[in-house]
Amino acid sequence: MPEMASSRALDTFPRLLSYHAQVRGDRPAMREKDLGIWQTWTWGEVAGHVGALACGLAELGFKRGDNLAVIGDNRPRLYMTMAAVQCLGGVPVPLYQDAVANEMLFVLQDAGIRFALVEDQEQVDKLLELQEQMPQLAHVVYDDPRGMRHYNQPFIHDIRELMAMGRIHNQNHPDFLADEIALGAADDIGVMLYTSGTTGKPKGVCLTHNAFISAARGGVEFDRLTADEDILSYLPMAWVGDHLFSFAQAMLAGFTINCPESGETVMTDLREIGPTYYFAPPRVFENLLTQVMIRMEDASALKQRMFRYFMAVARRSGAEILDGKPVSFADRLLYTLGNFFIYGPLKNVLGMSRIRVAYTAGAAIGPDLFRFYRSIGINLKQLYGQTETCAYVCLQPDGEIKFDSVGKPAPGVEVKISGNGEILVKGPMLLKGYYKRPDATAEAIDADGYFMTGDAGFFDDDGHLKIIDRAKDVGKLANGAMYAPNYIENKLKFFQHVKEAVVFGDRRDRVCAFINIDIGAVGNWAERRGIAYSGYTDLAAKQEVYGLIQECVEKVNAELVSEDTLADSQVHRFLILHKELDPDDDELTRTRKVRRGFVAEKYALLIEALYAGRKSQFIETQVKFEDGRTGKVAADLQIRDVKTYPAGRLAA
Amino acid sequence: MSGRKIGDVILELQNISLRFGGVKALTGISFDVREHEVRAIIGPNGAGKSSMLNVINGVYHPQEGRINFRGEERRKMEPHRAAMQGIARTFQNIALFKGMTVLDNVMTGRITKMKANFLEQAIRIGRAGREEILHRKKVEEIIDFLEIQHIRKTPVGRLPYGLQKRVELARALAAEPSMLLLDEPMAGMNVEEKQDMCRFILDVNDQFGTTIVLIEHDMGVVMDISDRVVVLDYGRKIGDGTPDEVRGNPEVISAYLGVAH
Repeated sequence: MPEMASSRALDTFPRLLSYHAQVRGDRPAMREKDLGIWQTWTWGEVAGHVGALACGLAELGFKRGDNLAVIGDNRPRLYMTMAAVQCLGGVPVPLYQDAVANEMLFVLQDAGIRFALVEDQEQVDKLLELQEQMPQLAHVVYDDPRGMRHYNQPFIHDIRELMAMGRIHNQNHPDFLADEIALGAADDIGVMLYTSGTTGKPKGVCLTHNAFISAARGGVEFDRLTADEDILSYLPMAWVGDHLFSFAQAMLAGFTINCPESGETVMTDLREIGPTYYFAPPRVFENLLTQVMIRMEDASALKQRMFRYFMAVARRSGAEILDGKPVSFADRLLYTLGNFFIYGPLKNVLGMSRIRVAYTAGAAIGPDLFRFYRSIGINLKQLYGQTETCAYVCLQPDGEIKFDSVGKPAPGVEVKISGNGEILVKGPMLLKGYYKRPDATAEAIDADGYFMTGDAGFFDDDGHLKIIDRAKDVGKLANGAMYAPNYIENKLKFFQHVKEAVVFGDRRDRVCAFINIDIGAVGNWAERRGIAYSGYTDLAAKQEVYGLIQECVEKVNAELVSEDTLADSQVHRFLILHKELDPDDDELTRTRKVRRGFVAEKYALLIEALYAGRKSQFIETQVKFEDGRTGKVAADLQIRDVKTYPAGRLAA
Repeated sequence: MSGRKIGDVILELQNISLRFGGVKALTGISFDVREHEVRAIIGPNGAGKSSMLNVINGVYHPQEGRINFRGEERRKMEPHRAAMQGIARTFQNIALFKGMTVLDNVMTGRITKMKANFLEQAIRIGRAGREEILHRKKVEEIIDFLEIQHIRKTPVGRLPYGLQKRVELARALAAEPSMLLLDEPMAGMNVEEKQDMCRFILDVNDQFGTTIVLIEHDMGVVMDISDRVVVLDYGRKIGDGTPDEVRGNPEVISAYLGVAH
């Protein structure tokens, strides 16, 4: 990590890059698997490419203050482009690459995009589709030439041509790049990330170099990360988490980012790279565990018995050993044996043998899931933050892990709870403002400079922050009892068979729920019971599946009744939706959060059926396919009543 | 949409007749294939489509008729000679090595390009090692092209049908053919898999300029991707032309939909 003394000179990302190119010029900065072989770019090479890209962009007319859209999977040249844009004092604006053209339009117009750097033909086509609606778009550069041979529009460029142009420019103007980098200031906007827009239109969050460098420095020091870490960069580049871990922290600490070959190969790539530092949202950890469990069920009887025995040992003592707490000698011995026979090989299969620190964030993680990873010796921790705070507010310190908290305020961050229970945050990592939205900025930051997160939470006795729900989602039931939908939904989602849940209850007399089953887990469950099904809709309608989900809901009710403020929030009735909630149908955001209001409106018929006490309801829904075509799914949905427990039974 | 230029006739079949004992599979069929085009052979079940393909790559030897490939007249040809001349094919019922990985299966497609002899390959001396690296690179390019990186090391038998079809295409491409014969490349696929396959076939045609002769049942697919279509029925040719011409041909319509008597 760069010395603190020199931090004045290293206050922007381009300067950090130049620093690494000098200090560790021949150490790996980026890797990408190409034609089955991992290719490496050293820090020196990356700096060279970034320089060429920057000069090439300048040649195309890119100016200080311009915004450039970056659209594509995690590719080294896309990360390099972000740095190149920063060299010129411009602002990279990464977009979610799986969004359809029309969803991109708003951001592209809002950010006044004139330049775009995209991964491949698919993304170029999207931009061409939008060309008429955004006349300001002047240049499109693509990374992957595949299928691009016949695109001869003069404003479409191959990134290789751009770099060649840049190298010539650099020869003719050798001082240009250094001068541009020297003009940059720590307080310049380094990147603009759009909020996912759970409510309303997305907003461009302007984050300065200083904000991300502060957040990255805090995290790097907190976990003592070195230049030798390896990280797998596979989460959307438009997500603040990826920008913090794969860009900001890598640039600060000088460690290596590894880009998977494709979305489908992530598991294999993870195993090959064996990252030492890892970041994933809970659903990734959940998918990994589900896969392991499915494979374990097919293993031989001896292996299954060993697995069960040693997992029990791990549950008993694994997390304690990891936290450095006292554990009996016998358990310690058994754990060592278990590590040899089960945990070690298991971690190897998961690609997590080398992990020193793993983080999860973005949604609540199930306690069982969290405990599982910690118990086999993976130092999985939670963090809390949002786009506006560079995903840096709270971190769980090593050895002080609580399953239901997000940890303590991170170094340099002030956190306080407002009178109405909202979490307020202040620190160098805060946003500079929303792009062209001073009104929204004024709303989000109070007079004392605290950012209002919109989350409701509280500090426990040890100073750990606990999150309850989105402040605006916390409502009241008809009888006045508190109602926190996310809290209930998360409890439901902690079951591996439940993929998504949406509960309703605000200002109503009881709580009802929509459920999406997890097709992988429930499908496997059904196969083992010899239940035949043709697809999601069919499986979701099976009586047996309803029975399975009913058990889950009843367990949640049993938990809710024991938390006295939430005893009234027990789920009375539920139905299993006939289709999976999908971002393509606007039901989820691109970060896969439920858009509650939209879902309630779209399925108003079903909600009415839930509350009217009907036994079933017919519904027909339009679905959008990936290529933009639409179709219809229809089903006659059953509605089940669930056992609830009398409140106060346990409290007595 | 594409910049490929359809060239001269490279394959010409004249008056082909093929009999198995007393059964006439093909009767007096003539048609040609031009360089870089996508040529479809369609027809109802038992029309003789697969036989036609087998005649082209030398599995069957017609009793009558002449075949001219790249100006070379031939009456009898063995399949391996056809492979050497740059004709590769896929099969209606997948013919892959089920126990071998995708990578190994595709590697077998390079066999006609390998120069090292049996001994060299067996103990990996001399040019065998160097050659393998070159071939592997080519194979990886094809794997990349057909987007099957994620199953590179998976045994073929464990893959779903649609992917096996794609692996078969990959193996055919590994031979760097100038002409590709596809026997029902989309049979048994769902809509999405069909779309993917169409895209890959067009990409192959576009990127490598490979001439493609394909048999297909799905009329929608055929009409979308072919330059010219030949229609067979009971071993006879009943139509030949662009998709639009064929679509309007009354004989073709009656063969497909039946006629009121």
